Amino acid sequence: MASEFAVEMRDVVKKFITPEGSELNAVDHVTMQIKNGEFFSMLGSSGCGKTTSLRMIAGFEWPTEGEVFIEGKAMGHTPPFQRKVNTVFQSYALFQHMTVFQNVAFGLEMEGAKEDEIKKRVGRALEMVQLTGMERRRPKQLSGGQQQRVAVARALVKTPDVLLLDEPLGALDLKLRKEMQLELKALQQQLGITFIYVTHDQEEALTMSDRIAVMSKGRVQQLATPVEIYERPVNKFVADFIGESNFLEGKIKSLSGEEAVVHVPALNAELRGMPMSRDFVNGEDVVVSIRPEKVRIAENNAKGDGLFKAKVLTSVYIGSDTHVYVDMHGIRLKVMEQNRISRLDPSSFYSKDQVITLLFMPENTLVLKKD
Amino acid sequence: MLQRLRENKSMQGTFLALPTTLWLFVLLIIPLFLTFVISFGQRSPDGDVIFSFSLDNYIRLFGYSTDCPDGQASCFDPLYVNILWRSLSLAFNTTVLVILMAYPLAYFIARATPKQRNMFLFMVLIPLWTNFVIRVYAWMMLLRKEGAINVIIGWVAGLFNLPFTPLEMLYTPGAVLVGMVYEFLPFMILPIYTSLEKIDTSLYEAAADLGANALRTFLRVTLPLSMPGVVAGTILVFIPVMGTFIVSDILGGRQVILVGNLIQRQFLDARDPTFGSAASLILMVMTLIVTYFYTRKFGFGEEIVVA
Repeated sequence: MASEFAVEMRDVVKKFITPEGSELNAVDHVTMQIKNGEFFSMLGSSGCGKTTSLRMIAGFEWPTEGEVFIEGKAMGHTPPFQRKVNTVFQSYALFQHMTVFQNVAFGLEMEGAKEDEIKKRVGRALEMVQLTGMERRRPKQLSGGQQQRVAVARALVKTPDVLLLDEPLGALDLKLRKEMQLELKALQQQLGITFIYVTHDQEEALTMSDRIAVMSKGRVQQLATPVEIYERPVNKFVADFIGESNFLEGKIKSLSGEEAVVHVPALNAELRGMPMSRDFVNGEDVVVSIRPEKVRIAENNAKGDGLFKAKVLTSVYIGSDTHVYVDMHGIRLKVMEQNRISRLDPSSFYSKDQVITLLFMPENTLVLKKD
Repeated sequence: MLQRLRENKSMQGTFLALPTTLWLFVLLIIPLFLTFVISFGQRSPDGDVIFSFSLDNYIRLFGYSTDCPDGQASCFDPLYVNILWRSLSLAFNTTVLVILMAYPLAYFIARATPKQRNMFLFMVLIPLWTNFVIRVYAWMMLLRKEGAINVIIGWVAGLFNLPFTPLEMLYTPGAVLVGMVYEFLPFMILPIYTSLEKIDTSLYEAAADLGANALRTFLRVTLPLSMPGVVAGTILVFIPVMGTFIVSDILGGRQVILVGNLIQRQFLDARDPTFGSAASLILMVMTLIVTYFYTRKFGFGEEIVVA
């Protein structure tokens, strides 16, 4: 293997001209290194630059600035048909005028493979995606999930170094999507090739990925493992985009290594938390973030640090959890409690206007850059 | 009554189809039936139809003649067979030329930005605002001996001191072909454009992604997916070219006679409706046969519906 990285984007910029005639950086100085054999996701809402980045790796677009490397080789203006990557398109892009077999065989024919080799490899690819027996069908005669599998088989039959997937499960219903997530992940582990996966679905990214690049406005906000992204988001955007968070605005009062003390004017109190950036300074305006499930509900007579009284606004029972919305000195917070004990009507446990005590533990409280 | 109509889908269908059905019955089915009957009749000396059952007209059309040069009772006269063959080959040549010219243009338009596309399509349609016959006359102005083309070539030749005798372009099979191609070009451009425009651009990307260069993408993806447009265009061009007589009348003169001209002259000049009817039916049958085999090979129903 020529390089430690399957794909590398080095300071890549892609400019587009908007219909209004102004210039837009769809991808804005993106640098990322994707390791061999990794399941890598680019996650963000539409317009964040994730699909454009993927298309530059595939070769459908060329960077305005910067360079894309595949297996250590600079791609420059190499056309797609000369890159050892293959794409699974969001719309599947199956050839409607060809059968399933012909669709999967297309890429091998372009390589000039011999007929019996094509037969063998197409057969294996279809077996891999559990479509054996469907060879003679037309794409239109297949269900959405089956079409999706054909698209995967068609790309994988070429044994690419890297498989690019552009929201491949977007058109499927929830149940099928979950099944396919696990299947794709299993397929990736079995084949050991690099998958680069574009999605706007955070749960999907968290489920499948080894590492995730969270993108917004053409930039990579954070590139890390799913756990790090959820537990240690680097800024407010990531904390807000991945999962749910309660935010409190404040000012840094003091810093000491692993801990920051933040004065929160709304509470007229200090909160201790973990600083998520190295370059905080005293007096800096910051955002304190705490996940709903990490807010504890304490006994009303508890004593100690990080305890705050709050008034219950509503309590919603959703089966596995109860969501409690509270008002804490004019700030609306969401608190999540698991229903670990079976009982009827757990919502009655917290009634409207009831005063409860919340506990913010320093290790659950994150201090983030205000972006 | 109205209530029943609201509930009954098939009755609604009947009502919706009624006006056209009546129209076609009166103006197509009945005349066609009359043509069929008349074609087996005989011409009376003063040009009326004597109803009978005689195959004389058909026999004559396929070359049986009693008017022989060296006094035989009967001989083969290729006159009408030649006309039929000329019509068929002209329609074929026109269609092929029109496809070759229309496809690249349609491809170009389909690939343009949406704003440019509308402008180009508009330009394709502009000639249709002028009457068909007038457009053919315009070609006469261009092609005749003192016409624009000869004048320009003569002027250029004069610049280089070359001798130039004006070209005889009008009243040749070539002139008819040029006129036909010109007249029917839009009817090929539009359906091909429509089918090209419908192709999802991600299919081109998929082909490139799987290793196909531009040429192979075109041959394996673009062309097969745009065939419904080519088929529709071929039908829209081939059938009218087979039957039209105006272009050959104006640009071909007495030199290029097609079935259309033959039929027209039988009814108006020769006053032999029985022979004209027989020629009409043969034209129709020929067109049907060609269209049938063509659509069987390249598809029609499913492909066009799907496209």
